[in-house]
Amino acid sequence: MQEIAWQLSLVLMTLVAFGFGFVAINSGVRVEDYTPLQKRGYRIRSKLFWTLVAVLGPAMIYTLLDLPYGASRAGNQAGPAQVVEATGHQWRWELSRDRVVKDQPVEFRVTSADINHGFGIYDADMHLVAQTQAMPGYTNTIRHTFTADGTYRILCMEYCGIAHHNMMSEIKVGSL
Amino acid sequence: MANTSYEHIPDRGATAGVLAYLGTACAVLLLMMLVGLLMRLEQAQIIDLGANWFYELMTLHGAGMVGIAGIAGAAVMWHFLRQYVDLSPGIFMANLALFLVGVSMIIGSIVFGHFHAAWTFLYPMPSKAMGMWSQEAAAMFMGGLLVIGVGFLLMHLDIARAIIARYGNFARALGWPQLFGHDDGNAPPPTVVASTMVTIVNIVGLVVGASILTMMLVNLYLPEFTIDAMLAKGMIYFFGHVFINATIYMAVIAVYEILPRYTQRPWKANRVFLASWSASTLMVMFIFPHHLLMDFAFPQWMLIMGHIIGYLNTVPILVVTGYGALMIVYRSGIRWDMASRLLFLSLFGWAAGAMPAFIDGTITVNYVMHNTLWVPGHFHTYLLLGMVAMVFGFIYYLGKPAQHATESWLDRAAFWGFTSGALGFSLSFLYAGKESVARRYAVHLPEWLPYDRVGSLFAALVVASSLLFVLRFFSRLGAAGRDYARAPLAQGAMA
Repeated sequence: MQEIAWQLSLVLMTLVAFGFGFVAINSGVRVEDYTPLQKRGYRIRSKLFWTLVAVLGPAMIYTLLDLPYGASRAGNQAGPAQVVEATGHQWRWELSRDRVVKDQPVEFRVTSADINHGFGIYDADMHLVAQTQAMPGYTNTIRHTFTADGTYRILCMEYCGIAHHNMMSEIKVGSL
Repeated sequence: MANTSYEHIPDRGATAGVLAYLGTACAVLLLMMLVGLLMRLEQAQIIDLGANWFYELMTLHGAGMVGIAGIAGAAVMWHFLRQYVDLSPGIFMANLALFLVGVSMIIGSIVFGHFHAAWTFLYPMPSKAMGMWSQEAAAMFMGGLLVIGVGFLLMHLDIARAIIARYGNFARALGWPQLFGHDDGNAPPPTVVASTMVTIVNIVGLVVGASILTMMLVNLYLPEFTIDAMLAKGMIYFFGHVFINATIYMAVIAVYEILPRYTQRPWKANRVFLASWSASTLMVMFIFPHHLLMDFAFPQWMLIMGHIIGYLNTVPILVVTGYGALMIVYRSGIRWDMASRLLFLSLFGWAAGAMPAFIDGTITVNYVMHNTLWVPGHFHTYLLLGMVAMVFGFIYYLGKPAQHATESWLDRAAFWGFTSGALGFSLSFLYAGKESVARRYAVHLPEWLPYDRVGSLFAALVVASSLLFVLRFFSRLGAAGRDYARAPLAQGAMA
């Protein structure tokens, strides 16, 4: 997902740069009568608008089909969930268990005992695979199925004070 | 019908009040840029300040930059809006005075009180200091923000008064008679439309911000008065999102006003323009749940609304303002100087930054990129390369010694230094975000350091270039206050 976001951003930013570059290069010789240029410009703008609608519209809807929110995810995953109660404290994570098995859904019930934290699950290559906020008074539930064994790290994803960067924990995925 | 003829409005110098705003903005902006550079150097492990200092500087950088963006944006808006409506210079200066009082309180709370709960002051962090700062320091910080907010609220109320006195109501000032009825070509000018939009959203945003700050100040001294953490977060992000976005919508007025003077082509408020600004008025206020996409307990329909508006919001930026600039510059014979270059660049920065921003607002992307360095990556693109470039363009325009004054190679070098520095700096953040580097970490893991070091180099380039822009402005303050023609006639244009 991160790779797609990066590449897509680069492509779109480059397209924007191309538009501005093209106009900057073609800015020198003046056409005094602006009316025909303006009319042509408006026609191109309409095309640009409908292109955006045609491209972004389906993308906007398609990306809503698989939301990470509890109720949406529950129906997609078979089998009993392995429940992990996770509570954030300044500045440590309290986990009800630190070992789960792969290919079976895990339900992380995340809350906080004090202030806002963020519960981020990083794989062995230190890439973020899932996250939710840890909030006092609320429980946010992540349903995630690990597909590879290994040691995953939990990092705090919401600034919480002087030791925010040290608020790390581990969860092992493998045989019990 | 909107007409295509250009009506020249003479260039006017800035009032002493606008110059005071811009001088304050430039000085604080440079200082905050240096603070930002220190943070990147610390993350790159090139210097060793320690986590305490890092988080204090982070809090200062966030609050300082947001505040100064507001001041700079207000200066642009006020300078041009006074051509059309009768504004109160006294209230304008009262805002600056309150801003300086608030800034002093914030600096005091951080430097002397060691407050470091970030500029977002998420409840209940200010009151859960774990011994790191006092109750008084938290109160000074939040009180400082409140004082600044009150100043801005006063200024916006005065602008609302002036707009209503001239146009009758906000609907007319937004051009609704022309948008929904017959377009007689007499819609208010873009500056009035933009100022009306900013005034509406900022009045609402500031009232919400002042409300949550007051509630948190009460909680600080009366802990039994508790606040729902989710409500507090929603209110803070509503206020924060509206206020920082409004700074761009204020600063873009410089583009609407100055680029037509350089191209001798009109930038009229036609129906598309009016529709996009009315839509932006609503979208800026209802998009805020995209900051809460990882708060699964938040009402899901609001999160989906944030996702959808994130996509819709890119349309006015790209199709109306960004494209509008391309249209009036294309084959215009524009003479490129520092002002026109920076203003043109600024719209590129805004439009380009909107790309990674709306991608981040996609819920499934946010799930693995929220609060990574992707976030400062996109907002530095549209704020630094967008909003700040608009302000730099404006100060070059004001300070331009004469209509056909030539500029030195140093200014041109600084322009390219700023452009490449800001782009490289933002891209280093975005790349680090792609690599899942967590945001707001004083200490980075060894594998994250290369991005920090590259980012630091580009940040230094931005600071050096900006230093020249600011010094140039301060050396031209006298000229900036005088009325004379600044924008040169386009090549081949009929006088």
